[in-house]
Formats: sequence, C-alpha cells, structure tokens
Amino acid sequence: MATDFDADRAWRLHDRVALRPEPFGALAYHYGNRRLTFLRSPDLVTLVESLETQPSARAAFDAAGLAATRWPSFEKALTSLAAGEFLVLDDAA
Amino acid sequence: MTALTDQLAEGLNSPICLTWEWTYACDLACVHCLSSSGRRDPNELSTEQMKAVVDQLAEMQVFYVNIGGGEPMLRPDFFEIVEYCVAKGVGVKFSTNGGRITAENAKRLAAMDYVDIQISLDGVDEVTNDAVRGDGTYARVRTAMDHLRDADFGQFKLSVVMTRENVEQVDAYEALAAEYGAELRLTRFRPSGRGIDSWHELHPTQAQQIELYNWLLARPHVLTGDSFFHLSALGEPLPGLNLCGAGRVVCLIDPVGDVYACPFVLHDNFKAGSIHDEGGFAAVWRSSDLFTELREPTNPGACGSCGSYDACGGGCMATKFFTGLPLDAPDPECVFGHGEAALAELEANGGAVRPTVSADHSKPIGVGKKRIPVSIL
Repeated sequence: MATDFDADRAWRLHDRVALRPEPFGALAYHYGNRRLTFLRSPDLVTLVESLETQPSARAAFDAAGLAATRWPSFEKALTSLAAGEFLVLDDAA
Repeated sequence: MTALTDQLAEGLNSPICLTWEWTYACDLACVHCLSSSGRRDPNELSTEQMKAVVDQLAEMQVFYVNIGGGEPMLRPDFFEIVEYCVAKGVGVKFSTNGGRITAENAKRLAAMDYVDIQISLDGVDEVTNDAVRGDGTYARVRTAMDHLRDADFGQFKLSVVMTRENVEQVDAYEALAAEYGAELRLTRFRPSGRGIDSWHELHPTQAQQIELYNWLLARPHVLTGDSFFHLSALGEPLPGLNLCGAGRVVCLIDPVGDVYACPFVLHDNFKAGSIHDEGGFAAVWRSSDLFTELREPTNPGACGSCGSYDACGGGCMATKFFTGLPLDAPDPECVFGHGEAALAELEANGGAVRPTVSADHSKPIGVGKKRIPVSIL
C-alpha cells in the first residue's frame, strides 16, 4: 500500500523501480505494479536519487540546493511518486 | 502540446513502447491484420539472434516489450525467449489469438513474473467476432480466457479493435472483462496490412466515433494504447500522451529484424533500418535518417488553419498513408469531417492510389478448398 507523502520523513526509491535517463529528466518504471511515469526535470531526478542518503525529504531539498520557492512543486512531484509506490518510506533511516 | 510532449516528440534515448513481432506465422487470417500475417518468413530471427536482441534492449533499459506477430506462441522457442526476456529485466506483454493458451500453457504463464497477456476478441458474440477473426475463433478465445482464469493468471487484458460492427458493444465488453477480472483494452482500427482494404467498410462511422470518445472519457481506466488521440480534437483530451509516437516514443521490430516507425506502417517508406545493421537496434533508434526526420517539428499542412491542431496533431500517419492521403492531410477519421472531404476529393480526381504492403505473408486463399465457378458452354 502507498503511504501518504510526508516531507519530514525519510524516503527512498522502491527496490523494484528503475530510472532511465532521458533528455527531459528520466523515465521511471515500477516492475512491481508495472506503472511508468516521467520525472520531468533533471533536478527532480537528482533529488529522487539523493533521498536515500538524507534523513528527510525536506533535508534532501536543502542538500540539493533547491531554492525554497521551488519546494512546493517538488513536494507535489514526490507526493505523486509516493502515491504510485515509486517512493517508499526509508525505514532504515 | 505540453512541454513534455514537445520533448518526447524530439525523441528519447530508448523507446517507451516497443512492439516486437516474433513471427509472421499465424493460424488465423483476420480481415484487419496489420501485418498481413499467415506464413512464416524464412528469414525470421533464430533463437540466438532473438536473445541477442533482448541483450540490446536490456542494455538500452527498455523496461518492457509488446510482443506480437503473427501469433507469437507458434514459435517453438516462445517460452525460452520469454524466460530470457524476464531474466534480463525486460518485461513481456504479448498479444495472442489464444489458440495456444491450453490449460497447461496457462499454468506455465501464471507461474511467470513480468508477463502480461493481451488476448484478442473482436466481437462479444460469435457472429460479430468470427466475421473478422474466422470461424470458431469466438469459442476458442473464450476457452483460452477460461484457462487463464482457472490457472489464476491474474489480470490479463482483453483487447478489441474497434469496428463499425462491434463499437456499439462496448458496454458488453466491459461486463465480459469484469467477469474474468480482466482489463479492457480498446484500440483504433488502422488501414494497415489486410486492413488496407477492409478498413473502408469496417471503420467506425463519425457518429460512432463521437459516442466512443464520450464513453472513453467517462472511463479513464479503459486502456487504449493511446490510439484514439485524433478524437481529442473533440475537446477534453483522452488520457495519454496524445501524439503520434512513430519513431519518437514507439517503433516496431519485425520478425526478420527490420525496424519500422510504428506497428502500423509495415512499408518500405517507413523502414528505418535493421537490427543486423552496424550498431544494432540502438543505432537505428538513435540515429537513423528516418527517425531523425520524424523527430523534426511537423508541418501542419492542410490542418494549419484548424483550431484543434494542437489537440490532435493532425492524427495518425499510418491511417493517412494507407488511405492514399499525403502525410500533411487531415486524418481520414478527422472528427470535423476534413479527412472524409480530402478522401472524397481524391476520389473525384481519379481515385485514391492506396499503397500496398511491402511484405505480404498472407496464406494463399483456399486453394483446393474454394470452389471456383466454371461454366462450360
């Protein structure tokens, strides 16, 4: 089951999700639920890949050097990725 | 178009949706077959060549392939290659006429991961279906569906090509799919392969198309393979990318390894190269002349003055080409009737010259079976 996204918690890519770099960002495929989605900017790709190493999504925004004005749009993108189970809570963190 | 579709139109490192036909052999002779299948081609790829293609696709991170034909299950190495794909992380969705989905094969398929099945049925009753797919095929497909259900395969896809005769059965299709726990997939009838001739009699009417658009709009869970984007000119876009993906996000590898821009243009004009070329499939996808050209901005041509061009992009290239229209003409099924007018104009000017398929694998018709009327005076 998908968990509602909470930027104060730690997240990571689902083990069965693969990212393929593309000119617009990346294509993400979930081998479990067979969903395909677009990561529509290179910044979003960098952010998603960095989640695992950060204690929370919010910390990852900061570490990626993203201007605070852009955070809401990235939070929205991560919310939709969590809803599709592309992102899961990182229990190890 | 959105910024994303603009970028998709310029091409990707690898296709999103790759169709790979495994054989031209088929035990049916459907009147709308897009690949004019029937007889196996002597140059079809060997098992080892097939595996080498899978290796290339895995390298390119093609997440899944849509397997078709012909009837792919007629290849003796069908399961061997499916298993090889799955082992390499290339998911498999295959289209089948169901003839080889025995109880035993259904169990074997149910035990595999990353395998999806699309089973074709072109009418909810025997009369409607068998007129398109051949005598006895309705009963045969229902048996195949029963086998999948009994084997607990899970959610397969029931795939229907929309024709004038079956488009009004959509509610019954939905009920049938639900009965089997299947997903419903409706796709557009293109005048490709044996459909070049049958399309003119069988494609849905304008009024039927508008009803279908409203029906689909209310049911975003019904799969369409993005094939009805020409209907988006009616207003709210249908779910999907809503663009012609030929050579941009989709392409086709045929059973002999030739690479075409999409599954509906098996014609020399749209052949980009071969997997046997230097650099293999990746080189054809990334740098063939044809695909490079298809990724250039398109000229709206005759559609330039229409306010809906951004919604439908002028429609389907294959459908225009095989009805004899130029590629910058309106789609023959343009919802505003511009395509019908363009076809009527061709007729008035001496008739449309329709292309023929470059490689027809249809079986010879009924030699020895069909009575040829002979009158002896």
